[in-house]
Amino acid sequence: MAINSIFDIAGSAMSAQSVRLNTTASNLANAETVSSSVDDTYRARKPVFAAVQQDALKAAMSGSIEDQASRGVEVKGIVESEAPLQKRYQPDHPMADGEGYVFYPNVNVVEEMADMMSASRNFQLNTEVMNSAKTMIQRLLSLGQ
Amino acid sequence: MAISFDKVTGFHEQALHIRTRRAELLANNIANADTPGFKARDIDFKAMLSAQLEQQKGMVVAKTDDQHLSLNDRSLDGQAMYRNPLQPAIDGNTVDSQSEIVEYTRNAMDFQSSFLFLNNRFKGLLRAVKGE
Repeated sequence: MAINSIFDIAGSAMSAQSVRLNTTASNLANAETVSSSVDDTYRARKPVFAAVQQDALKAAMSGSIEDQASRGVEVKGIVESEAPLQKRYQPDHPMADGEGYVFYPNVNVVEEMADMMSASRNFQLNTEVMNSAKTMIQRLLSLGQ
Repeated sequence: MAISFDKVTGFHEQALHIRTRRAELLANNIANADTPGFKARDIDFKAMLSAQLEQQKGMVVAKTDDQHLSLNDRSLDGQAMYRNPLQPAIDGNTVDSQSEIVEYTRNAMDFQSSFLFLNNRFKGLLRAVKGE
């Protein structure tokens, strides 16, 4: 039955959003993690979302709506931000390099907060979708009673 | 006199099928609310229901294998259309979560009413069988 696939779709979105929340948590936790070299510095991590596509041949064969549409969302991978690191002159810092500089991660805290709100709102929305799909199935099961 | 279930259920059965498909499409839109480049899709319920009812009247082509092409499904081709975006995101995403959830909820309510009509038909049959 097609309603069952709503659970897969909403479930895939919920897990994708929780991956996003995880990266946000990691970024915020490490927002002030300094290091003494460019290579060792933490970089902001971002998940890459992509729609799950159906098997094209199968979709063409059956030609029905369910098969044409994609099924949910997946996380293709997690990329590190290319934004420049912050180099600060803090000679008193225990992690300072030979010239007195420390490197701060390229985490934009405001952006992360906005990301976090977007992810949690979307997560809620998908639980709503799942809930109404559940009600629909429960009604169907009571057919004839 | 035999009872034809097709006549009893009327178009409510088809309506339920289409409501289910639409729920799936809308759920997919909501799931991809943050996917770059994703285009929201929807179906025209009225057009699709009349297409399905037309099909019932026409001839049915026998399918003996899953891979066989079906003449009937042809009319459903391209029924899922892309939504006209109100405010597309800069990454090419055209999903508007608010309007999608509104459509989804409305669709779920319509599903409930279609179901109610269908259920009442069966209840009526049952009552007739019991002779109440």
